[in-house]
Amino acid sequence: MADTRILTPGRSEWFSTLAVWSAAALVTGFFLWVLWDIVSHGFSQISWSFLTTESEKAGRAGGIGPVLVSTLLVVLVCLAVSLPIGLATAVLLSEYTPEDSLFGRLVRRSLDVLSGVPSIVFGLFGNALFCKALGMGFSILSGGLTLACMVLPLLIRATEEGFRSVPLDYRTSAAALGMSRSSTLFHLLLPAATPGLVVGLVLSIGRAIAETAVLIFTSGYVSRWPESLMDSGRTLSIHIYDLSMNVSGGNANAYATSLVLVVLLLVINMTSSWMAERWLHRRIVLL
Amino acid sequence: MSVSPTSVCPPSLDREICCAPNTYIETQNLRLDYKSKTAFQDVSLSVGKGCITALVGPSGCGKTSFLTCLNRLTDLIPNATVTGVIKVDGQDILGRNVDVLQLRRRVGMIFQKPNPFPLSIWRNMELPLREHGVNDKAQLKSEIEAALKSVGLWDEVKDRLNGPALALSGGQQQRLCIARALTLTPDVLLMDEPCSALDPLSSGIVEDLIISLRNRYTVIIVTHNLAQARRIADSVAIFWVQDGSGRLIESGPTKQIFETPTDPLTASYISGSRG
Repeated sequence: MADTRILTPGRSEWFSTLAVWSAAALVTGFFLWVLWDIVSHGFSQISWSFLTTESEKAGRAGGIGPVLVSTLLVVLVCLAVSLPIGLATAVLLSEYTPEDSLFGRLVRRSLDVLSGVPSIVFGLFGNALFCKALGMGFSILSGGLTLACMVLPLLIRATEEGFRSVPLDYRTSAAALGMSRSSTLFHLLLPAATPGLVVGLVLSIGRAIAETAVLIFTSGYVSRWPESLMDSGRTLSIHIYDLSMNVSGGNANAYATSLVLVVLLLVINMTSSWMAERWLHRRIVLL
Repeated sequence: MSVSPTSVCPPSLDREICCAPNTYIETQNLRLDYKSKTAFQDVSLSVGKGCITALVGPSGCGKTSFLTCLNRLTDLIPNATVTGVIKVDGQDILGRNVDVLQLRRRVGMIFQKPNPFPLSIWRNMELPLREHGVNDKAQLKSEIEAALKSVGLWDEVKDRLNGPALALSGGQQQRLCIARALTLTPDVLLMDEPCSALDPLSSGIVEDLIISLRNRYTVIIVTHNLAQARRIADSVAIFWVQDGSGRLIESGPTKQIFETPTDPLTASYISGSRG
């Protein structure tokens, strides 16, 4: 009999199942490995005083209190600027600009290019504009503003997608009920688009809080307690970078700081989706 | 012929006759162009006050497009241009200085697919009312209750007003949409195949509801169901595709259209041999 062996459906099914599962296992495995590495090396250093005191001996000893505060301030400045601008731009793009209009395409293309620009370029741009030209110097304000420039493209596109994913039916039926565009926007589209908005927000905060290149050139790396937004302030990721690259014997605290950063990211991620869910359930009642 | 002078159409076979004298909506040479296609042209139609007028005809002949002109939903469609005249209660509604939001309040619309908002039942009813300036809690409550009662939905939903509107059945959703439109006390209701997405039972309920709207509202209903048109409509307008765009080929009292149509196309459509 001729050799006409055919891969049975059962066997090919088995292969693809294996492939899919091992790909997923690989990704999860890497994440767990990194997490385990950080936790195992960093957990023993974590204490209340580590979180609240100033660093000593260039970070080899002492805590990360001022660094935490600076990080939160930088992120707050970033969000305070990028949220309103991002939301307004997303509304303009999705609700007031036809998808194929020249203006819309131009803005969207610019945003896509901007979101691909390496962060170091944003860092140098922020240094030239905010620190030098606008005279803000190395400060938390400059850092936050530069970060805002960096996360805006991401935030706008995610929010715009959120608005676009709201079915056209809602807009038509609201219009047929004589509802104005603005109240349709506030009462209907905004609640319905919130999941997209939250995704954009979480991604933005994640990028902002983990950013180093942008902040080295704008908010600087002074690790004292910041007294105002005009002070230079060192963020968590810069602290990690500095400890692991420039300070011999800083590894232990670098691990501990990484652990704080990872936990912070997880907490932000979970609380924002929890809040969105709660808020959403009050406003939007799906099945 | 014994037609009462109070212009209330008696539910008799003669009812269509009492509708005719009081024209409420009138179009003259109405034409709608999309970017590269003419949806319909040359439509001149009078719609009697308090009557149910059915628009029938094969798919793609411009019936739904015609409806969307009457409450200027066409404004939302990029590159749609409406030419001609539409008068509602004697007022030209295509002018630049027409308050479109007020127009849509007076000319409500029900869509083919029930489209409640993804909100609670209460919020669905409340939102348009608040939009039009009703903010008093007690007034909101009484108007919402009245509207839900008028569509026979109150008893079915009164215990779950804060539940999701999308959890209702298709027929209930459609009645909710009708109630939502009725809270704004419109003069006119445009209905775009309101029963076609519903099962026969719900369809029957909604149909009875539409019949109950006669005399109180001027109803224009698009339907593919000729039997339904014959059952509920006072007058019928037949649309047809000619030379690539929709046209109105005949209109008149239901009885006349179904029994003695003048246009041969109407005759063949009615008899089921065309369309």
